[in-house]
Amino acid sequence: MKIESVFAKAKKEGRGVLVGFVTAGDPSPDHTLDIVSALVSNGVDIIELGIPFSDPIADGPTIQASSLRALNAGITPPNVLDIADEVSSSLNVPVVLLTYYNPIFRMGEGKFLKLASKAGVSGVVVPDLPPEESREYRRIARKENIDTIYLATPSTTPKRLDAIVSATRGFLYVVPLYGVTGAREAFDSYSKKVVKDIASKVRGRVPIAVGFGISKPEHVRSFVAQGADSVIVGSAIVKTIERNLSDRKTMLRELGELARDLSSACRNGKSV
Amino acid sequence: MLHGGAHKINNTLGQALLAKRMGKSRIIAETGAGQHGVATAITCALLGLKAEIYMGAEDVKRQKLNVFRMKLLGAEVHPVESGSKTLKDAINEAMRDWVTNLLTTYYLIGSVVGPHPYPMIVRDFQSVIGEEIKKQFRAVNGGYPTAVVACVGGGSNAMGTFYPFVGTPVKMVGVEAGGKGLGTGEHSASLNTGFEGVFHGMLTYVLQDEYGQIKPTHSISAGLDYPGVGPEHSFLMIEKRVEYVAATDEEAAKAFIELSRNEGILPALEPSHAVAHAMKMAKRMRKDESIVITLSGRGDKDVGIIADYLGEKI
Repeated sequence: MKIESVFAKAKKEGRGVLVGFVTAGDPSPDHTLDIVSALVSNGVDIIELGIPFSDPIADGPTIQASSLRALNAGITPPNVLDIADEVSSSLNVPVVLLTYYNPIFRMGEGKFLKLASKAGVSGVVVPDLPPEESREYRRIARKENIDTIYLATPSTTPKRLDAIVSATRGFLYVVPLYGVTGAREAFDSYSKKVVKDIASKVRGRVPIAVGFGISKPEHVRSFVAQGADSVIVGSAIVKTIERNLSDRKTMLRELGELARDLSSACRNGKSV
Repeated sequence: MLHGGAHKINNTLGQALLAKRMGKSRIIAETGAGQHGVATAITCALLGLKAEIYMGAEDVKRQKLNVFRMKLLGAEVHPVESGSKTLKDAINEAMRDWVTNLLTTYYLIGSVVGPHPYPMIVRDFQSVIGEEIKKQFRAVNGGYPTAVVACVGGGSNAMGTFYPFVGTPVKMVGVEAGGKGLGTGEHSASLNTGFEGVFHGMLTYVLQDEYGQIKPTHSISAGLDYPGVGPEHSFLMIEKRVEYVAATDEEAAKAFIELSRNEGILPALEPSHAVAHAMKMAKRMRKDESIVITLSGRGDKDVGIIADYLGEKI
């Protein structure tokens, strides 16, 4: 399924798009499809599947720990592509892969993107691949019909933001703070201003999805009110998994509740 | 070897001045053996900057003396518990701190690694090593040495040694940490056994598995215990301008003892790898040929490890 059509549909309905992140294979590969189903059936619009990496430098302790659990469970990038295939063929949602660059580089950009396309992947986020270094990657991704999603942060200069927006497809991943991933208690006015500024600069060119730190419905409402087309929730989901490692039933129920709360916040954010 | 006990202060002075000019008030750094951490702490004490050092918890244990030296110099030391708890994890954590505190903080990288332009910045500040070798050798012996030899972890002392000699006929040899032997998988010899990868913001040779996951490394010397290597070393290897070999833990420990007894110099375990290989080379060379070894650090910090190696209690 195309990312574009999800955003178009949500726009028509006057709501924000909810992107949910899980580390593929955490706590074990046979959990992932159930986890993703629980999220999707409770309102998550786009699934972001993380390929676990040994050295996740953009991630805080929560996702570091989940990457480690998944790696210890023996998951590999080809396994993640299989899971992506299952998700995209059994659930009607776009699948976005999030991976550090080295696993792609090791497999080869061409091979990785070809397999991802075959697995029904709609987009890929590579936090440590700068747009300046990925012209060839983008060319292959376009050929394989995969959106290349870039990140913008508070330190992105206006000129560079413009170049990033031109290169990004699907959506622009906006990080509203200086820092790494991980659930935050609250966001200060600075983060809201960052989102508002970027939203006004890129309006009409590409949808923006705000991620890093978002864990509560009030965060969702406030960023949607600042002009975000979408929010990405990762660590809050992963923490729910971590809290219930030995109890799959409770894990899935709590994930469903979290997704439902966040999704309803996406719906009423616009009116705040 | 300079004030602080290693070559590291060549680079920390330069970068800290840069940080001051950029208006940053807080300096963060990673350290393996603790030499870069000590040099950063010295520099920050001198220039009135706040220093916070990330160090793998494993390295904190095996380089206790340097941890205490950093504290005495007024730096804060953060032990890193993630991953293999060594140098690469200290770099990961420093990078996380850096993106979090970008507005106030300068990341003072200690080796010729990381994203551009760090490998060039560190190389240029460390090139004073090779320039001095050139000058001093000419003054004492005339001409060039036959060979220069230096140890390679991230590769700052080696790059500083080699860079001024790239356009000369001098033979250059970099010595990696062969750990328990290249066949055992327990080593840090990225150039000898790694594959091309992208790690810590650089394209270089990396110890990794078939899926691109970074492999755990081992070395008797914390300063060489790193799964990547400066990208310019990878370039010099591909161009066949520098030969990269490895020396094992045992060879390095023996060289440490050898140099101590014959020359009265306690070398750090890192350059002991270079000493070990240079001794092998010397056996195949003529009397009128010469080798310059970069003795990048002193071995006081490693005395406990050598005592363990000899089975002696101190």
